[in-house]
Amino acid sequence: MAPKSSGTLRRREVVSTLLSDRGELLVIAGLGAPAWDITAAGDHPRNLPLWGGMGSAATIGLGLALAQPSLPVLVITGDGEMLMGIGALATIAVARPPNLSVVVLDNEHYGETGMQPTHTGAGVNLAGMAGAAGIPRVFSIRGAEEVAPLRRAIHEKSGPLFAQIKIDAETLKLVLPPREGALLQARMRESILGPEAHLA
Amino acid sequence: MDVAPSDTASWPDALFDLLKAHHVRQVAFVPDAGHSRLIRRCQADPAIKAISLTTEEEGIGLLLGAWLGGERGVLLMQSSGVGNCINMLSLSILHRTPMPMLVTMRGDFGEFNPAQVPMGNATQAVLEAMGTLVRRADHADDIVPTADATLRLAFNTFRPTAALIGQRVLGAKTFGKE
Repeated sequence: MAPKSSGTLRRREVVSTLLSDRGELLVIAGLGAPAWDITAAGDHPRNLPLWGGMGSAATIGLGLALAQPSLPVLVITGDGEMLMGIGALATIAVARPPNLSVVVLDNEHYGETGMQPTHTGAGVNLAGMAGAAGIPRVFSIRGAEEVAPLRRAIHEKSGPLFAQIKIDAETLKLVLPPREGALLQARMRESILGPEAHLA
Repeated sequence: MDVAPSDTASWPDALFDLLKAHHVRQVAFVPDAGHSRLIRRCQADPAIKAISLTTEEEGIGLLLGAWLGGERGVLLMQSSGVGNCINMLSLSILHRTPMPMLVTMRGDFGEFNPAQVPMGNATQAVLEAMGTLVRRADHADDIVPTADATLRLAFNTFRPTAALIGQRVLGAKTFGKE
């Protein structure tokens, strides 16, 4: 039996909308499907798809948002990855960078390991946890019409912002980004800092 | 907790001056008594973002994000926190990210609390197993040169490095039992 999620949105349509007209947007993607999703939308120097470090995506976004307060920073990750680093919601709420958005694509499953259920399918409410942590702008999204307004909110830099988007538990074709971590880091640094990045 | 440096000890202020000299902009920490004065100095400096974490591994992510955005970061923690960082240290190796850590030791020299000994005894081995260059200071005069060397190693050669500040310098808390 195919795994079921309470969500119906298609993950790559959601990500494609969120990354449209991206401008200066910097994107960190959690390992696994979110990394394939942002790559399917078009690989980009300002994408850092993670290959490991499960649980770190949100705090990488935090460090980046603090370092570049004028640029919008978007973390796109999965429910399992967010649960592993859930304390980051409290750290982000306290540090309060207005330019940071954390979007969880919640399919209620660990997709890379055989679609075992995560806690979110059993009622754990990530948006509620983000709000309770003190993150000022929280979205809980199930409808396609809610995604474009979220995209606009991400560019407003009036957060920090957290969004939980319930998506279908579909398994899609892999679209792999480069997996040389030094390249991924260097290209984002260069896109922000220019060639001087490599002389730091 | 362990023992805070005495008011007459100069090395916590010298460590702060060192972070400033290395242009460190983000200081991530889970509090430790040994780092208490350094944390206060960082929090009081408007040019430094002092970020309190819920667990030390968040600091590894934060340092990667800081470096992506062109800022230098340092992680402050006690030795037990090193155990929380093990898998995350792979980020520094994979991406070639400078990640200097200043670690105050527990379970190391005259420890009272048995629970501190396993991780304290394993701290250096665990860090080195994950590719971290580790240097130790067991005398107050060695702390700043050792920290300086580890900061240089991290920022100049793009890797995780750690300065361990020995419990011999910090002293061991005795919980009222001498």
